[in-house]
Amino acid sequence: MAEAVGPRASRQPFLERVGTAVARYRELSLFIVMLILGAIVAFQAPQFISASNLTQVSTLAAIIAIAAAGQALVIITRNIDLSIESTIGLVAFVVADMLAKEVLDVPAAMTAGVGLGLLLGMGNGVLVAVFRIPAIVATLGTLSIYRGLAFLMAGGRQVTLTQLPDGYTDAARATFLGFPVFVLVAVAIIVTIGLAMRRTRIGRQVYAVGSNPEAATILGIRTGLVVFMAFAAAGLLAGVAGVMWGMYFGTINATAATGSVLQVVAACVVGGVAIFGGAGTVAGAGLGALFLGFIQNALIILRLSQFWLEAIFGGVILLAVAADGIILRRLRRSKSNRRV
Amino acid sequence: MTGEPPAVPSAPLTPRVELRSISKRFGATRALTDVSLAVAPAEIHALVGENGAGKSTLVKILAGVHAPDSGEILLDGEAVAVRSPSHSRGLGIAVVHQEPRLFPDLSVAENVFMANPPTNRLGIDWGAMSAAATELFRELDVQMDAGALVRGLSMADQQLIEIAKALSVDARLLILDEPTASLSLHETERLFAIVNRLQARGTAVLFVSHRLEEVFALCQRATVLRDGRHVVTADTAALDTAELIRHMVGRTVTLFPKGDSTPGDVLLEVDGLGRSGAFAGVSFSVRRGEIVGLAGLVGAGRTEVARVLFGVDRADSGTIKLDGRVVAFDGPHRALAAGVAYLPEDRHQNGLVLDFPIAANVTLPILHRLFPRFVLRRSVEDRLAEDQAARLSVRMRSVDQLAASLSGGNQQKVVLAKWLASNPRLLILDEPTRGIDIGAKVEVHRIISELAASGLAILLISSDLPEVLAMSDRLLVMHEGRLTAELARGAAEEQVMFAATGQARLHTPGAAGG
Repeated sequence: MAEAVGPRASRQPFLERVGTAVARYRELSLFIVMLILGAIVAFQAPQFISASNLTQVSTLAAIIAIAAAGQALVIITRNIDLSIESTIGLVAFVVADMLAKEVLDVPAAMTAGVGLGLLLGMGNGVLVAVFRIPAIVATLGTLSIYRGLAFLMAGGRQVTLTQLPDGYTDAARATFLGFPVFVLVAVAIIVTIGLAMRRTRIGRQVYAVGSNPEAATILGIRTGLVVFMAFAAAGLLAGVAGVMWGMYFGTINATAATGSVLQVVAACVVGGVAIFGGAGTVAGAGLGALFLGFIQNALIILRLSQFWLEAIFGGVILLAVAADGIILRRLRRSKSNRRV
Repeated sequence: MTGEPPAVPSAPLTPRVELRSISKRFGATRALTDVSLAVAPAEIHALVGENGAGKSTLVKILAGVHAPDSGEILLDGEAVAVRSPSHSRGLGIAVVHQEPRLFPDLSVAENVFMANPPTNRLGIDWGAMSAAATELFRELDVQMDAGALVRGLSMADQQLIEIAKALSVDARLLILDEPTASLSLHETERLFAIVNRLQARGTAVLFVSHRLEEVFALCQRATVLRDGRHVVTADTAALDTAELIRHMVGRTVTLFPKGDSTPGDVLLEVDGLGRSGAFAGVSFSVRRGEIVGLAGLVGAGRTEVARVLFGVDRADSGTIKLDGRVVAFDGPHRALAAGVAYLPEDRHQNGLVLDFPIAANVTLPILHRLFPRFVLRRSVEDRLAEDQAARLSVRMRSVDQLAASLSGGNQQKVVLAKWLASNPRLLILDEPTRGIDIGAKVEVHRIISELAASGLAILLISSDLPEVLAMSDRLLVMHEGRLTAELARGAAEEQVMFAATGQARLHTPGAAGG
């Protein structure tokens, strides 16, 4: 492999170009695995690929995918946001409650919900970036605090479907050109953020901070500000997910979305977001959410017992992470891997 | 250079440790070539040399960290192969490092007996351990609470624990690697008293130090290394400081000679700059088009000065003037905006994002300037990176290549390209050629010369004495956090070494003491 002086002196060999393509679209491999598994499951249980099943699975996955996109931003900066499920739950309840009490109309309530998510995310950002509390500790705290707020507001009440404005929850079942609207929303959000991560200064800086915080500081990047913005964005996206959660389930109480942070983090990890920061894409996290949604659904359709469901689900996560490590090492060797 | 020293003073007994023709290379670098050395029982033997002379490698070979490529090690006349650090300890070799390596959350006694705690049927015998540790410190004649936590103890106390650790295994050879670097005068005296007591018990001591006065005060013989080779071994009584320094300097290197240049007006003016625990009373100036070298031994405080100039750390006292205006950067982004660039010492940790392609590395510091409208344009970025890379002749296939895939020299060129892309007025280079091969080194020197010729003010920090002498228009020397000399171009290596080891204070700004 002779190295030539000067940038344009030689073309990349063919095989490396293939490597580069796979590297750049690494998320493709997850998609392919999903198709293969889907085909196997469909062979065993044809109802798996019925339109109604696919719509239902992908709609819920879309909500998780939006939250996972925010989580991915945080994880790429070498942090984590455990409070994301409480943000989803609190926003879902507050929006439903405002609508039930007719405090705000639908668009205003939805906007307020997203704004609340942003505010909660900024709270996390301040704790981590300003007060320098390790993210896992800070967000473990806000996980409880934000959930506690939901309990305080709910006071044991729940908002039921009948209290909501007529047709409010229809969007969760609606389709556009045959695709569930929620899925289209998730795709639009993920494509926008994905492009921003690749094509904007702040996106580049997020990767730099996660890859090498020391170097980023010496480069004049304000690492604290970047981390704060990642948390704020994650809160905003959790707010969006929270609004959608409320529309999807209709009936909401203070415990909404409890436990979903595990799925959100798992979606990131399965989607190739490096848990130690610096690498990964929001598209990967989104696909990860879809992948996990389908696996869960398939396990139910195949009528496996609850015990197997949990165990296999965990096994798939470990398998995906192990595969990721192997692929990454390969790519390191192939030398050329432009992701930013 | 003096001729061969009078025959090595006779060692009446079998040497405690004897190294015969030890060689070690790391890739293309010859760290040690054919080095022989013997330390007798009850002898304190000094090992001296410039930075990079091979002292650390030699210590690491004895400590079992590195295996020699060739040569023999004899302990009490018996050939041994030191396989690992624990094997080295088992052979009775104890190393006390410059920075104590202790467990801060364990007690003093636990640290002393970390490797071999006394046990009874129930496991670790805490009572016996505490008693044994207390006994060790009594032997050393120092006050130390064996039950205290190590966290919070002074550097000197921590060093004593390291020594107690060495004694707990009945060390045959005690290696002290720069033990006094962070000790006060009083603590140093106490350490010497202990070393003398160990000597009286028959322990052989290998004493690595930059402080020549300590070498003369403590050691019977001294061995000088230079460029990984043995230069001389002699009785300290038969040597003086000047002669010792003459043996240490005079390395042979290939260099790109800097052309003469005419510096412009003053760009950087530093007055009485200080940061507690790092340096104090540092005053100097750098003109446009001038290369000012900053020499000194490792730990003299040069990098700390650079970090303050670049806004990474804050100064406690003094002022920095840039172009006549007082500046106080509250972060590197401010320094960068003011036209200061800093090429850090450790390019892996601080200089590069290895997971990024070359192009993204080059544009990182100037994203704001390059893309004021927030959106990146790959074509603009690639073109700029290609231009910069071509200017510095970075060897690569394309700017899409990951920085991690380049050789050390080429990585360093990318770091340089990155800073040059920011169009700085003042460029601070911290060890710009460390760990890169000769060819790349000469190229980096050429680039530095050209940058100065184009009007950049350059502060060049380097532990490579011939390099810093050849490249600098003026040379500042630091010793223990203070400037000890300002030398004109053409100064001799001896002069620098004198100042760097604290032998002469030709220029003493600020208050004395410390």
